[in-house]
Amino acid sequence: MLELKNVSFSAAGAEGNVEILDDISFALPTGKILVITGPNGGGKSTLARLIMGIEAPTAGQIFWNGEDITHLGIPQRAQRGIGYAFQQPAKFKGIKIRRLLELAGGHEMSEMECCAYLSKVGLCAQDYIDRDADASLSGGELKRVEIATLLARKPQLSIYDEPEAGIDLWSFSMLVETFRTLRQDADQSIVIISHQERILQLADDIMVIAGGKITQYAPREQVLPRLKVDEAEDGVCPAPAAWRPVDTALAAK
Amino acid sequence: MDEKKAATQSIDVEAIQKRLLKTVADIEGKVEGAFNIRRDGGTVERFSTKNIEIRARADGLPGIDVIVAPGTKNESVHIPVILTEAGLNEKVYNDFIIGAGADVTIIAGCAIHNCGCDQSEHDGVHTFNIGKGAKVRYSEKHYGEGEGTGARVLNPTTVVHMEADSFCEMEMTQIEGVSSTIRDTVAHLGPNARLSVIEKLLTHDEQTAVSDIDIHLDGDGASARIISRSVAKDNSKQEFKPVAIGNAACRAHIQCDSIIMDASSVRSIPAIEANHPAAEIVHEAAIGRINSDQLVKLETLGLSEEEAEQVIIGAFLE
Repeated sequence: MLELKNVSFSAAGAEGNVEILDDISFALPTGKILVITGPNGGGKSTLARLIMGIEAPTAGQIFWNGEDITHLGIPQRAQRGIGYAFQQPAKFKGIKIRRLLELAGGHEMSEMECCAYLSKVGLCAQDYIDRDADASLSGGELKRVEIATLLARKPQLSIYDEPEAGIDLWSFSMLVETFRTLRQDADQSIVIISHQERILQLADDIMVIAGGKITQYAPREQVLPRLKVDEAEDGVCPAPAAWRPVDTALAAK
Repeated sequence: MDEKKAATQSIDVEAIQKRLLKTVADIEGKVEGAFNIRRDGGTVERFSTKNIEIRARADGLPGIDVIVAPGTKNESVHIPVILTEAGLNEKVYNDFIIGAGADVTIIAGCAIHNCGCDQSEHDGVHTFNIGKGAKVRYSEKHYGEGEGTGARVLNPTTVVHMEADSFCEMEMTQIEGVSSTIRDTVAHLGPNARLSVIEKLLTHDEQTAVSDIDIHLDGDGASARIISRSVAKDNSKQEFKPVAIGNAACRAHIQCDSIIMDASSVRSIPAIEANHPAAEIVHEAAIGRINSDQLVKLETLGLSEEEAEQVIIGAFLE
């Protein structure tokens, strides 16, 4: 189980410290899918980075399976079963996609095993495993490779930061199916930051973050109807003004 | 006995030498094909095949002539050099005559084990004459080690003459442990000749490396690709000066990428020169630190920062 207690994060801005996240508390039980949504700049990605240890909170504590991991580094958290797929994947000159998958999985992989992960994101292993994970790939290809590395890692807690960004519709549909399959795994928890209704539909719980605070956190069926979805924009979640009032019932748990 | 078996000979070398041979020439006790192993100033073992003759130079200079018969296919030549005596300095001249239509792989390499306080130095001058339509893949690795304070110096000079329609792929790597190197590579390409030079260097501590590469594209249809990748650590210094000179309707591309770490310095000066209106020559160069996004990504896969650095550097130079 992942648990955050009174976590805050601030960063230096042009006019002094800026509060990015303010007093965030919530618990994510094992086996659940939590989708975090909300307006741009609300603090969603920062929250995900705090969980992975990429940023350190300025206040509060983070617990993973009962252990206080607040002061642990990224590798230590990774070794404890937390994984992360970046919104903007890093490019690696000289590192083949197969090597990245092997590093993620912790062992050498056959083409067939690589294929098992790459096909879940709509990539053909034969065409990709010997290619560098560098700028020769399109943004969408890099993003799908990034997601495949997290699938290969098989962490107990997977964090996906806007997995839909830059991915074509066909690959996105495959990705949704992959998440649907992962949902069956009772031992794995998933946190997805997303604005896509199809991903919101996969959630057990939905958290809305705006202005650095949790404004809603409740089971999907309670939150979704309150999100004013603009159908004309292909299911994309609405602009900040459309977010409904705070529901901290679950956040307070 | 078949030809393959006949070409396989056992080599009896001591532990250090075995390790050095493995490092620079990928030799593990046995060599397939022709070979010449030079150790501490002299040849210790040599083997020629039906199609590849290795012989001492006729002009009396130290070194060998490697003569590949025209039409030879899929054969290899190993010519590693190892220095284990501190204070040994040598200059060796090796000539390669590659017959028309031949297709060969040449594995060179030099390793220095210096456990003394005197400088050990090997200057290798390799001259290639590549016949019409011949294909050569050349691999050269340099490596230094040893507990001594004596410098380990390797200064390779490589001269390549390529006849029409020939192909040459050169991969030259400085693995580690070389105190100082001055690398000088010159190539002349005839019509439709294709050359690929990949140079990979790692320097550390107080080491210095200078690399000059001059490619002359003299024949119509000639093409060249020069890729230089380097990593500079600690207080080491590197300087790269690749030049492509288009004297005909030709194409060339120079790419220099360096990772700079600690207090090291890298100077990269690619240059292009066109003396023909149909010459198309491009160069690019980049120097930068290891990208922090790369480190963080690998850390999310469970690697420590040091392990992540090693993976990135290893892959960059691979």
